[in-house]
Amino acid sequence: MLHLLIVILIFSFGVFLMPGKMKKYNAIVLSLVQAGAFLFFLTRVPDITNLTFGHTLIEWIPQLGLNIEFVLDGLSMVFALLVTGIGALVFLYAGAYMKSYTGTNKFFFYLMLFSGAMLGLVLSGNLIQLFIFWELTSVLSFFLISFFHEKESARKAALQSFYITGLGGLSLLAGIILLGSVVDSYSLTEWLANPQAIQESKLYLPGLLLILTGVFTKSVQFPFHFWLPEAMQAPAPVSSYLHSATMVKAGVFLLARLNPVLGGTQEWIYIITLIGILTMLTGSYFALTQTDIKGILAYTTINALGVLVLLLGIGTRESIMAAMLFLFIHAFYKATLFMIAGLIEKKTGTREINELGGLVKYMPVTFVIALLSLLSMAGLPPLLGFLGKELIYEAKIQSPGIASVVLILGVTSNIFMVAISLFFVRKVFLGKYKTTNKVPNEKGFAFLIGPGILALLSLLLGLSPSNLGDAVIKPAITAVSLENVEIKLKLWHGFNQVFFMSLFTIVAGSFLFVAMLKSKKLMNAWRKFNSIVFSIQFEQVFAWILEKFVMVSTMKEKAVQHGYHRYYILTIFAFTSILLWVQFFYTQTPMQEINFTLKPFYISGLAVVIILVALASAVLRSRIVTIVAMGVAGYGIALIFLYYSAIDLAITQILVETLTIVMFMAILQRLPRFAVLSSKATRLRDFSIALVFGTIMTFITLKAINVNLNRPISDFFLENSYTRAYGENVVNVILVDFRALDTLGEVTVLTIAAVGVYLLLLPKKNKL
Amino acid sequence: MNSIILQIAARYLKWILIVFAVLALLRGHNHPGGGFIGGLMAGLAIVYRSFAYNAFQIKEELKDRPERYIALGLSVILLSFVPSLIKNATLMTGLWFTIPLPFNEELKLGTPFLFDIGVFFTVIGVTLMFVFSLTQKSQP
Repeated sequence: MLHLLIVILIFSFGVFLMPGKMKKYNAIVLSLVQAGAFLFFLTRVPDITNLTFGHTLIEWIPQLGLNIEFVLDGLSMVFALLVTGIGALVFLYAGAYMKSYTGTNKFFFYLMLFSGAMLGLVLSGNLIQLFIFWELTSVLSFFLISFFHEKESARKAALQSFYITGLGGLSLLAGIILLGSVVDSYSLTEWLANPQAIQESKLYLPGLLLILTGVFTKSVQFPFHFWLPEAMQAPAPVSSYLHSATMVKAGVFLLARLNPVLGGTQEWIYIITLIGILTMLTGSYFALTQTDIKGILAYTTINALGVLVLLLGIGTRESIMAAMLFLFIHAFYKATLFMIAGLIEKKTGTREINELGGLVKYMPVTFVIALLSLLSMAGLPPLLGFLGKELIYEAKIQSPGIASVVLILGVTSNIFMVAISLFFVRKVFLGKYKTTNKVPNEKGFAFLIGPGILALLSLLLGLSPSNLGDAVIKPAITAVSLENVEIKLKLWHGFNQVFFMSLFTIVAGSFLFVAMLKSKKLMNAWRKFNSIVFSIQFEQVFAWILEKFVMVSTMKEKAVQHGYHRYYILTIFAFTSILLWVQFFYTQTPMQEINFTLKPFYISGLAVVIILVALASAVLRSRIVTIVAMGVAGYGIALIFLYYSAIDLAITQILVETLTIVMFMAILQRLPRFAVLSSKATRLRDFSIALVFGTIMTFITLKAINVNLNRPISDFFLENSYTRAYGENVVNVILVDFRALDTLGEVTVLTIAAVGVYLLLLPKKNKL
Repeated sequence: MNSIILQIAARYLKWILIVFAVLALLRGHNHPGGGFIGGLMAGLAIVYRSFAYNAFQIKEELKDRPERYIALGLSVILLSFVPSLIKNATLMTGLWFTIPLPFNEELKLGTPFLFDIGVFFTVIGVTLMFVFSLTQKSQP
């Protein structure tokens, strides 16, 4: 499976290498790659059915539990088929759709890379790896939404979605690390083996909440749902692929993936069910009053994601089955509808539902395809959507505790869906033809082949769902619930409770549709009602939070990064001395009795001189004298080194001291006249900090003689310097052999510092 | 500052200092010295001359700007890793080659020495970069 991802990576970069004339075949080539991958997964379907799991492990950093693991089980299979299958059709469609735009290379590059990232996500067997792919999809989604980056709204929408999914991604990472610490592994197999340990741990609830935040942001759940309608700024293939069929389902995937580990608890059931219901209702309710056809589709997508999350929250075998089937159903009809919406926009020049009408005359094939998909969305027989809705009702009946509430809200939301589907058909395709800027047509085979195939699948699989059920859904349920189940999918369930609920939904939905159509007043009043009751939009709240966030961080920035060198140094010295003092008192070794043996008079005298010039450099008020005094102190110390036969150290000290003086001299003429500007209080403060710091350094030096935590390593160096490193100068051998890595680091730091100084002092004219 | 005496002196002193610097580098492995010390010495030698003349002029004269020394130094350091990679030993393992010389002498060359040469050049570059950046006058 790694090979597959590498192939996708190669082809995504290959887009740029296509010779000019062949560029128009880019989309077809990529579509063929996707189709190949789809076939690859299709041939693996029988293996999955036999419950043999594909598993690949490549060690990456095993010490940290980071490995590249791929798992191909029933659940991965569902998503892999969707990603590659719909990918193949979307690429074909995109080839026709993107023809008139510039920068298509970039577009196909991102889209192909995205499909690879999404595939990597659903195949991940390691949660850190999953997180990496998860973030990749967010990043690529950002680039794809902002594809028309000359529009401000597109840039804004892209940023918004990126902030929200990025926030969720970080939260997810935190959750994974938290729960990973419980089982001490990030491997999915380990997690699946220890659900008990995780659920009983104290970290379960925080971990769950963090992971759920990631899931909810990605899968546009309430209250993060508002980024999806904004994301409709993206070109139609992107909306179709990322924002309905695949990426937004990543959250649903993760829920299903972690269901055996985290699921089944009270917290899991109630939080997820509640959020799912809210999202489901929000989506279907706001879809009704949309006038932009992509807006309608966006809100119905939110509804569908709410349903999926709700089903996984309920977590019974039936609800999982319904969820798995609904994944397919939704991908089939929604990807189709987004592609149709793009086609309509392309051919008529508008997406406003009120400016459209009577398109059936000009776009008959499009009409049939759209009709099939919309009926599937409404859940009418004999389409796959009908079966899905029946199963969902059945599952909701079983939802523990709050079945009646879930059921009533579910039926309400479905009534809205029926109404909106009928409304869509009626307004866009039927009725009187309204003149648009362009005379619509449906030329372009590539536009229709993708939607056509998906719509046909909605119909055919609706008529005979048992193959899909046995081959794909069953292993998926096994993967999600870890139980082996027997399922029988059929369209007709007989006259039972569920059937009558369906009937009621359809009838009520039809009434609502008629009301919406007949009474313009009702719609207007309704919109007004919405604008008053829901006057505080979530996106505004989000924008407000973001603004305050930036404000606070600006304040922090100003407080910490004030730009005054003297205060930086002050802070460093103050905090270092605090830390040193604390550590000094906690290290319980007696201080060595200071043994003042009489040194030769010239060393003692030297020490006195050093102290005097150091004092002078602090007190004197002439720059040159101060610098010379500091230089004398430095040379004095070098002489002391020399006395104790640290020749290397002494030479280095002398050279560095010289260099320092040279540099001081160089800048001396540029400095303003020496003046005492600081008040007495500040000088007192600086003095005390200097005193505290100097004292602790002295104490530490005295104490360091005594503290030897381990056998000193210097013996090792002395013993091995000549025998193993062929050098008599131990200092140098340490530098270039034993501790060469440290030296490499030092040299690198020096280089960075030099470049920094260079840039800092670059004359203004030459500034980069 | 334009002192003829200093300029003439610097011209010769520079080379003497550089000879010392190279000596320090060469003897480093067995006696006090080494790449860091040698590099500082050589850097100071060039800085000395730049003070006698003018930092800008020197920079022009040198043709190679300080960053080239740094680049050369870091490249030599990287080069010193190659033998250990080829021999499939741990990176940065010190490897020694003995080259026989006439008069029963032998020359021991090792990757640590190469590493030291890299340090030598990097330190020259860094020193020069510091000083040149500080001394160049901001242009109008």
